[in-house]
Order: sequence, then C-alpha cells, then structure tokens
Amino acid sequence: MMEPGLYHILFISAALFFIGMYGFFTRRNLITMLMSIELILNSVNLNFIAFNKYLWPHKLDGVFFSIFVIAIAAAEAAVAIAIIINLYRSHQSIDVETAEELKY
Amino acid sequence: MLNDFLILMKPELLITFIIFLLLFIKVGSSMKNESLLLLIQLVLLLNVIAGFFLNEEGSLFGRLYRTNNFMSLQKSILSIGVYLISLLFSNWLKKSEHLLEFFILLLSALLGMFFLISSGSFLMFFLSLELATIPIAAMANFDLGKKVSSEAAMKMILSSAFSSGILLFGISLIYGATGTTSFSEMPALLTGSPLQILAFVFLFTAFAFKLSIVPFHLWTADVYEGAPVAVTSFLSVISKGAIAFIFTSTLYQVFQPMQAVWYNMVMILAVATMVIGNLFALRQQNIKRFLAFSSIAQVGFILVGMSSNSLPGTSAVAYFILIYVFSNLAAFGVAGAISQQTGKENIDDYKGLYQTNPLLTWIMALGLFSLAGIPPTAGFFGKLFLITAGASKGNYIFITIAALNLVISLYYYLRVIRAMFMDKNETPIPKIFLEAPVRFGLLLCGTGIVLIGLLSWIYDYIITIAA
Repeated sequence: MMEPGLYHILFISAALFFIGMYGFFTRRNLITMLMSIELILNSVNLNFIAFNKYLWPHKLDGVFFSIFVIAIAAAEAAVAIAIIINLYRSHQSIDVETAEELKY
Repeated sequence: MLNDFLILMKPELLITFIIFLLLFIKVGSSMKNESLLLLIQLVLLLNVIAGFFLNEEGSLFGRLYRTNNFMSLQKSILSIGVYLISLLFSNWLKKSEHLLEFFILLLSALLGMFFLISSGSFLMFFLSLELATIPIAAMANFDLGKKVSSEAAMKMILSSAFSSGILLFGISLIYGATGTTSFSEMPALLTGSPLQILAFVFLFTAFAFKLSIVPFHLWTADVYEGAPVAVTSFLSVISKGAIAFIFTSTLYQVFQPMQAVWYNMVMILAVATMVIGNLFALRQQNIKRFLAFSSIAQVGFILVGMSSNSLPGTSAVAYFILIYVFSNLAAFGVAGAISQQTGKENIDDYKGLYQTNPLLTWIMALGLFSLAGIPPTAGFFGKLFLITAGASKGNYIFITIAALNLVISLYYYLRVIRAMFMDKNETPIPKIFLEAPVRFGLLLCGTGIVLIGLLSWIYDYIITIAA
C-alpha cells in the first residue's frame, strides 16, 4: 500500500478547486453557488496544510492561514445568506436567473 | 512599547474608537438623525485632521503590520473621501432609518482598507481585504425594499467571495513555492519558477476582480447601478483607491523580481480596460452606469502609470487617486442629489439642468472635466503624470493607445456636459434644494479639483515621502 504524498493531496485540492469553479459557473441556485465557493475555500485549506506538512514542516504559517480561512468563510457565508434571504423576500426565488433587472 | 503601538496604529485605533462610539450611541441613546449626522460629520472631520499629525515609521506584530509616512498619506486620502461622502449624501442619510448601521459598516470597511494598506504579510492582507469587502456587500443591500438593491448585493457578495477564493488559491501556491507569507521575506525567494508564475496569475486575477479590470469587470456596472448612490460612490472611490494602493505596493515591492512577467500582464490589461471601459461608457443612458464604466476606464489609466515600476509610478498613482476622490465624488454627489429628490437617473433627464440648477451643473462639469483630464482642472495633471510615468518604459505604442483613449473618453464626458448646458428641454429638472452640508461638500469637491492641480507642492510632497 502506497503512502499518500504531496502530489496526491495537491491533485485532490486542485480537483476540488475546479469542481467548485465548475459548480459556481453552472449552478443557478444561489445556495449551491455558495456551496461551490466553500469547496474552493476548502481546497485552499487542503493546499495550505499539505504544503505545511510536506515542504515546510518547521513553519506554522500554513496552519494559521487555514484557521483564518475557515473563520472568514463562515463570516462570508453569514453575510451572503442574509443577502440571499433578502433576495428571496423581494424576488420570491433564489434562482439567479430571476435577478435580471440590471443588465448591459 | 505602548506608545509605539498607540502612535503607529493611530489611524486604525481612531476608526475603531469611532465605530465603538457609534455602537454605544446605538445601544444607549435615542438621538435624532439630524444631530447624529452632525456628530458623525464632526468626528470624521477630526479624524481627517488627526491623520496629518504624529505619523511615524515602524512595524508591529512581527512585521504583520507596517507603516510609514506614505501609507499615512494614503490613509488620509481615504479619510477625506469618507468625510466628503458623509457630507454629500446627508439628505439621503438623514432620511435613512439605519443611519448608525450604515456608518458602522462603512467605517468597518474603511478600517479594513487601512489595515490593507499597512499589511506586511499575505495573512494580514487577506484578512483586511475581507474586512474591506464584506461590509460593502451588506451596504449595497441598504435599500431593503428595492429589488435592484438586493440584486446588486447578491452580485457583489458572490463575485467577491469567488475572487477571494482565487486569491487564496494563489496565496497557497506561493506559500508552497516560497515557504513564507511575509512581504519582506518574499522578494528574495521569488525566482520566477513556473509554479510561482501560476500563483502570481491567480493573485493578479483576484486583484483584477476587486479593481474591476477588464475582463473581470462584469459585476461593476450592475452593482453600481443597483446600490444606493452613497454606497456606489464609496465603492468606486474609496475601495478602488485602497486596492490600487496595495496593488501598486505589492507589485513594486513583493513581486519586484518578477517584473518582466507582470509588466506584460499590466500592459495588456490596461489596454483592454481602457478600450472596453470607454466603448461601453459611450452607450450608457443611466448616469450611475455611465460613471461605473468611466471608473473602469480610469482604472485602465491607473494601470498605465503602474506599469512604469518606478518612483514616479507610485507617486503618480497616489496623486491621481487624490484627485480622483474629489472629481468622482463631485460627479456622484450631484447625481445623488438629483436622484434622491427627483428619482431621475438618465442622462437625457439632465437636459437643461443649467437653467434651473447652476451650482450643481458647474460642480458636475468640473468633476467631469477633471475625469476627462482637461486643463486647468487637477485631472489633467493626474493623467499627465500617470502617462509620463508609463512612458518611461519606452513602449510608445502602448502610450499612444492610452492617449487615444483619453480622446475617446472626452466624447462621452462632453455628451453629459452638452446635455446639461446646451440642450433645450421643456421640462427640466426643477430647482433642487441643497442643504448646507451638501452645498459645503460640493464646494469642497470643486475647490479640491481646482486647487490640487495648481498647488505644485502637493505632488512634490507625495514624491518626497514615497521615496
């Protein structure tokens, strides 16, 4: 059985990043779009931890960074969900396609 | 030690103090909006004045936070902008049910921008960038009943969250490649390896999102149109200014070794931004959308100055943003006053404005002339220094394109001026009553536009402290 190395983790995190990006571009539901962004942020966390463990084991920057990313992601989600709730009140839907008054 | 801390972090501590003051007022007192707004304006004025004293150089918290005279000046420019916003939109603010919340959010964003300017590591940079953008998204939703406002806020929060995701991915790659997040250790470790270049492209993309550089500008016009005018002006002036400052210092200091890489990126995106910003501004009817595309084009000119990678570049960007604060706020102030009292936001509605509202018309004309870069307004000198700085690289095709874009931009700025002064209109916008603070703010903008260009020591001062 092979030990997972840096490349395996980097592959997973890059895959997560692009799955998140794909989801963000294709999904039309606001909550799902928010979830896609969370995927992107989690891929970043994975990256930081992997680099910290395999390349710079005597440093702590990466670990700190991922803790802060988690905190900021929560703050961002809180504001985003508040905005989405308000959008639902005015548009009766959380589909991005219904928000179409501002164009061109 | 404590003295150091208090003096070095003075701008941030002052803003924090004001935020807490407002929170306490919110909880404990039931002041009327009028007196409250007066108090806030006074405090913000004191904050602007305090920004010019007791500025020292130094760093704190293991170089996470650093400051010097130039950074203090940049913070002062932003404080002036916020003070002007509190004056110009006092009509709208007075009627708002949530005056205190508005200022608490606005000052939180400003606090984030101050930390952003002073940040000495990517960790601090990321945290302050988020502090600077999340409150703005909440502010964009301030017209709670309006559909467009919530749509604008949704677009703002989604695009800013997405761009911070990209930014973080770039930072994580650069951490993997260099093993540090500190700005001062970074340049020695940058070798220009493919991984570092990839990471830089991610970082650059995130900056381009925040600064609305083409092709990452699509959210700008929508958010500007949907958000309340006060928020739009904050977003387009203060937020743009702060991000342009940190972008310049990151490119010049941290990514100095990769200068050959970013020069081409900045150049190509500058051309794209100027051309597309200008071409879209030509066909806009809504004044806020028009100003949005004009501000995209202005960012293109800032990029021209940035591409020089020299001391004149840094100082020209700071000088231009100082002028941009005054001229863009003049335009937004007039547009805000008109849209607040009559609800009219189309350029066609501005026809014959001169017959009824001469003061508003003159201020708007000054602001637009300054944005277009016509002497003797300050905007001319700002553009002159930006383009001279850009020309120091010797890439004259690029500079010619920039100069041609200046000519294109004249067309659409003059279109508004023609509508206001020359076009006949049977039913022009009625006489708009301006309250004292609004009038004072507009006059401040007007004098700023004229004087900053004529007082040459301002640019001299900027260039000495930027060195």
